[in-house]
Amino acid sequence: MHEETVYDALTNAHGEAGHWAFGTGFDDPLAGVDTTVPDGIDPADLGAYCLMLGDDALVLAQRLTQWITRAPELEEEVAIGNIALDLLGQARLLLARAGSVGVLGRSREQATATIPDEDALAYFRDVDEFRSTALVAAPDADFAQAVVRLVAASTVRLAVFTRLRSSRDPVLAAIAAKGVHELAYHRDHAARWVLRLGDGTEESHRRARSAVEAVWPLLADLFTATDVEERLAAAGVAVDPAAVRDEVRDVLTQVLERATLPVPAWPAGAPPRGRLGEHGPELAELLGILQGLARQHPAATW
Amino acid sequence: MSAPTLDRSATGSPDEATLQEQFDATIAADRRIEPRDWMPEGYRKTLVRQVAQHAHSEIIGMQPEGDWLLAAPSLRRKAVLLAKVQDEAGHGLYLYSAAETLGADRADLTDKLIEGRQKYSSIFNYPTPAYADVGVIGWLVDGAAICNQVPLCRSSYGPYARAMIRVCKEESFHQRQGYELLMTMMRGTDEQRAMVQDAVDRWWWPSLMMFGPPDDESPNTAQSMAWGIKRHTNDELRQRFVDMTVPQAQALGVTLPDPDLAWDADSGHWRFGAIDWEEFRRVLAGDGPKNAERIARRRAARDDNAWVVEAATAYARKHERGAA
Amino acid sequence: MSEVTAEGGHGAIPTGPEVPVQPRARAVQRDWPLYEVFVRGKRGLNHVHVGSLHAPDDEMAIDAARDLYTRRNEGVSIWVVRAVDITASSPDEKDPLFAPSGDKVYRHPTFYEIPDGVPHI
Repeated sequence: MHEETVYDALTNAHGEAGHWAFGTGFDDPLAGVDTTVPDGIDPADLGAYCLMLGDDALVLAQRLTQWITRAPELEEEVAIGNIALDLLGQARLLLARAGSVGVLGRSREQATATIPDEDALAYFRDVDEFRSTALVAAPDADFAQAVVRLVAASTVRLAVFTRLRSSRDPVLAAIAAKGVHELAYHRDHAARWVLRLGDGTEESHRRARSAVEAVWPLLADLFTATDVEERLAAAGVAVDPAAVRDEVRDVLTQVLERATLPVPAWPAGAPPRGRLGEHGPELAELLGILQGLARQHPAATW
Repeated sequence: MSAPTLDRSATGSPDEATLQEQFDATIAADRRIEPRDWMPEGYRKTLVRQVAQHAHSEIIGMQPEGDWLLAAPSLRRKAVLLAKVQDEAGHGLYLYSAAETLGADRADLTDKLIEGRQKYSSIFNYPTPAYADVGVIGWLVDGAAICNQVPLCRSSYGPYARAMIRVCKEESFHQRQGYELLMTMMRGTDEQRAMVQDAVDRWWWPSLMMFGPPDDESPNTAQSMAWGIKRHTNDELRQRFVDMTVPQAQALGVTLPDPDLAWDADSGHWRFGAIDWEEFRRVLAGDGPKNAERIARRRAARDDNAWVVEAATAYARKHERGAA
Repeated sequence: MSEVTAEGGHGAIPTGPEVPVQPRARAVQRDWPLYEVFVRGKRGLNHVHVGSLHAPDDEMAIDAARDLYTRRNEGVSIWVVRAVDITASSPDEKDPLFAPSGDKVYRHPTFYEIPDGVPHI
């Protein structure tokens, strides 16, 4: 019958598997990639750095995902879903890279051997082993905070990834090259929203302004390098976050001005906290939800 | 030689009987009705109701699985589920668009959903207490939906048929990810296998109920089939689903909770036990806590973000092309 | 069982004469304008109409079209156009499928202009 033909065609669409977002079976995000660490790079430093970038992406993806089924319009549900998926993809690659250079910390003691590195790192590290910054961990009070945080986080990340494309670690360079296209879109989409909220109604302006006031202080420790970043930047592997500060400030200032929002004083630099594993209760709460099920069934495979 | 038409809106309309004839001929020839065509009011109303409620089902259907997005037990599963739930938002959107070509309005339809004046599929009022539910929803609920939806790709109403083609292409990914999750869990621990069986026990009968009442109690079917809005009867589709699913259950190693399930070599079909329509009615009544919860979430998304929608509208007015 | 129907993709939806399907008499002011989306699937092909969406303005319509209609790499270029800006061919009674029903492609309740200062109704 006609329908059965259509149905068969749909269920046996293996021939055009590339058309689908996901195939079947576990796919190692680094499958087929040469993960050898080039000479002169300390694998422990490289792994720690990948955790910093990977954790930022994972935590921000989780925050964005909280908007699914709660977004202002269906079109925005889809947009937020895409951005969260991009970030989740970046997190998987970066955590897999960290795992490939042996940086698994305590996670390997808690996770069974069959669990892939990316999941051991995402689900079986404790909060003090996470290297994400406060900017991505903060909860969103409303949509204004979601988009103001997103424009800030993606502007910083885009500036870093743009430079990382020439990293001496070819894996990191490839991850960055893929990521810049995604991040440019995230930044622009978020910036378009900031413009519309800042220059929209009285209420949206007020909310956008409060969002900026809430988010700006979270930029304080973003541009202070950790020892790991300093060493890797000197070796041509990582980006010294101080090197992107002015560019980020210029972009964000431009966005706020276009949005008719007051530009707060740039926060004074502060020593790194999140990058060293010092986090507030909001990250512990976020990880409790993210990791709960996986930790209840440590021997399970999903 | 005829006079030139100088005012397009002034061309005369054929009378209603002629229009009805043309409509009937189009349906009889299995051609598509398009938005600007004349159509009987009953056809239009039935379609708006069907398409809108289908759209509502997609949007409300994001929630039972969406509740697991934050807690998905691996990053790959999280990505797959996020892509799936995102697709459902897209499906709702395609379908609302199809309803809009019939003169409906999305914000108005959303209001009707929130006010309980239009409904969504009762299947989404069942809870999802375990991660295995994500797999079983993909396998059984999406599987049943595909059986229902593939024939709709040939709906007589063009925009609906086109939306369904797009939806069906994406749904096959949904069913496969669900089945694959279950296969993986069945290869896992005893606890995981028990979770899968428990979820199958809970979802099997509701999935069969998704096809609606038996044909002899389904008075709308005949008119809908005559209009080419519905292509198969409820019982035909239900039987097709059972025949398709039983071998999949065997391959998976789960037991379907029906002692009467038996192969009938004569007819070449799997025979199944009687459906408990009383239970179905209770869920359908929509008084359960999940119904209130689902609608409350949708209402909050509308109301809590109304200021965002207004802001974007205000911005657009200020920055309109040609505006100062 | 006449209070239920299996119509629509997920079936088993309560129905009945009380389900209203007419748009409200007053238009909903909340709605963003409707856009029609055209996608060029690959180089060498025409842009083809793929569907529609709501967006507050052209820029956001492009974002939404990208996310909605090309998220599986279905296109290399997108056009969006407001549905109200499309002019359709004249209905022609000689073509039986072209019965006249107005000169708008998409029959939508349009925004009523509401003077400033009037609370949302």
